[in-house]
Amino acid sequence: MSTQAARVEEKLFQNRYLVDQGKPHIVVQPHTTPSKNLLAMTKICPAGCYEKNASGQVEITPDGCLECGTCRVLCEPQGDIVWNYPRGGYGVLFKFG
Amino acid sequence: MIEEKFDAIVIGAGMAGNAAAYTMASRGLNVLQLERGEYPGSKNVQGGILYADMLEKIIPDFREEAPLERHLIEQRFWMMTDRSHTGMQYRSDDFNEEKPNRYTIIRSQFDRWFNKQVQAAGAIVISETTVTELVSDAYGKVIGVRTDRAGGTIFADVVVLAEGVNGLLGARAGLRPTPKPEHVALAVKEMHFLPRETIEARFNLHGDEGVVIEAAGTISKGMTGMGFVYTNKESISVGMGCLVSDFAENDETPYGMLEVFKKHPSIAPLIEGSEVKEYAAHLIPEGGYKTIPELFGDGWVVVGDAAQLNNAIHREGSNLAMTSGRLAGEAIFQVKSRRDPMTKQNLALYKKYLDDSFVMKDLKKYKDMPALLHTQAQNFFLTYPTLVSKAMENFLRVDGTPKIEKEKASVRAFREKRSLTGLFGDAWRLARAWR
Repeated sequence: MSTQAARVEEKLFQNRYLVDQGKPHIVVQPHTTPSKNLLAMTKICPAGCYEKNASGQVEITPDGCLECGTCRVLCEPQGDIVWNYPRGGYGVLFKFG
Repeated sequence: MIEEKFDAIVIGAGMAGNAAAYTMASRGLNVLQLERGEYPGSKNVQGGILYADMLEKIIPDFREEAPLERHLIEQRFWMMTDRSHTGMQYRSDDFNEEKPNRYTIIRSQFDRWFNKQVQAAGAIVISETTVTELVSDAYGKVIGVRTDRAGGTIFADVVVLAEGVNGLLGARAGLRPTPKPEHVALAVKEMHFLPRETIEARFNLHGDEGVVIEAAGTISKGMTGMGFVYTNKESISVGMGCLVSDFAENDETPYGMLEVFKKHPSIAPLIEGSEVKEYAAHLIPEGGYKTIPELFGDGWVVVGDAAQLNNAIHREGSNLAMTSGRLAGEAIFQVKSRRDPMTKQNLALYKKYLDDSFVMKDLKKYKDMPALLHTQAQNFFLTYPTLVSKAMENFLRVDGTPKIEKEKASVRAFREKRSLTGLFGDAWRLARAWR
């Protein structure tokens, strides 16, 4: 894990979440080579949810998602991802916001 | 799950949704408000500053009970290089008035309070419920919503879309496009906790006085963006935001930039020793007047961030949200009182109210600013801050160089970096966009 990824994990550790197990609210569509914007998400996602796997595809683990919508704006119109809000009550629970 | 038909369904319990729901419920309309968070406020993120005037028009005596942090008596604008800042600040004891004009707030707590007023006014509020779909009749008129809870359609005469910057429902129903990357900024923020005496000593404050710092310059690495520091009672909100399109073209991470901002020699001493209790991220509509979508149609209106109603130049969003929510509520009440149907033609009254208010007038005034700042980012956020810092250092550092030579060096630096045509061109474009 890169030092930057470690740093963002430390930040997310402060937050409260209720994860909807087995029902990710964001799904990356199957691909062989990621688009420019999808690849950029490995860097832009403020929660570090996107990672490139060993064979070059971009994967998402949305457990730490802050529900900002940056990936929706960059990747949804081209069909790289399917973006939904978590089910009611699930996801990040801001105390301060 | 719910059998009856409502006068109005409000989707979302942020500033715009709460304002709309309160306005309608307090006038006797039968209102249902749906919120996807654990409680109203738990999904809402802002810097955040509350503008009293716009809330007074909804709840005149809000100061008695609302969870307010500090009233603002001072604003600092900082133009930053990596090691310096050139500041302009305004502080006035006149801001210590009986009814202060601006407050810092903590959104999750404030929105929870605001929504309690909505409930007290008679609206039914259901949390932990995500609306999944707008339901239309055969003619395309919106007649209700479906949610992720069991049960079918919930019907209403009109649906108020207060779903925030990521307004999925409106986009999916084809009522407006998904915002483009160049029309939204991604901001990240941390809550830094410190004893209140420490905050007051570091910022030169008494009691509940507060300060805002807004900073731009090399901290955004040539991207269109800015950093901010807001004082709350026992915490400091520290954040950094840049356009999403700029992030996509650069190698910076948002949290990496926030770390650099926090370590800046002008910022670090202010937050030293603090305990971080939350990290949040949020999109801010930045496209301005030219990106405002269709605001009303048959059976629906859209308010707040979902309608891109944000004044990026003055950093005002929540007051535009509150005002658009209130005006939508007043328009719907008017149509309802005349016993008219909630058609596009009748709901145009909302747009009329909005056009007559500061919301549209302000956004229109700055209609050319977003494009200017976004295309000239390198000059406005890197070149000029560096030149100004160098000129200030030239002015202040005493080293035996005659003053005339120092002045000439400063002027020469500006001309070399931007040329006279470039300088006058920038000044001209800025003045025109500002007007």
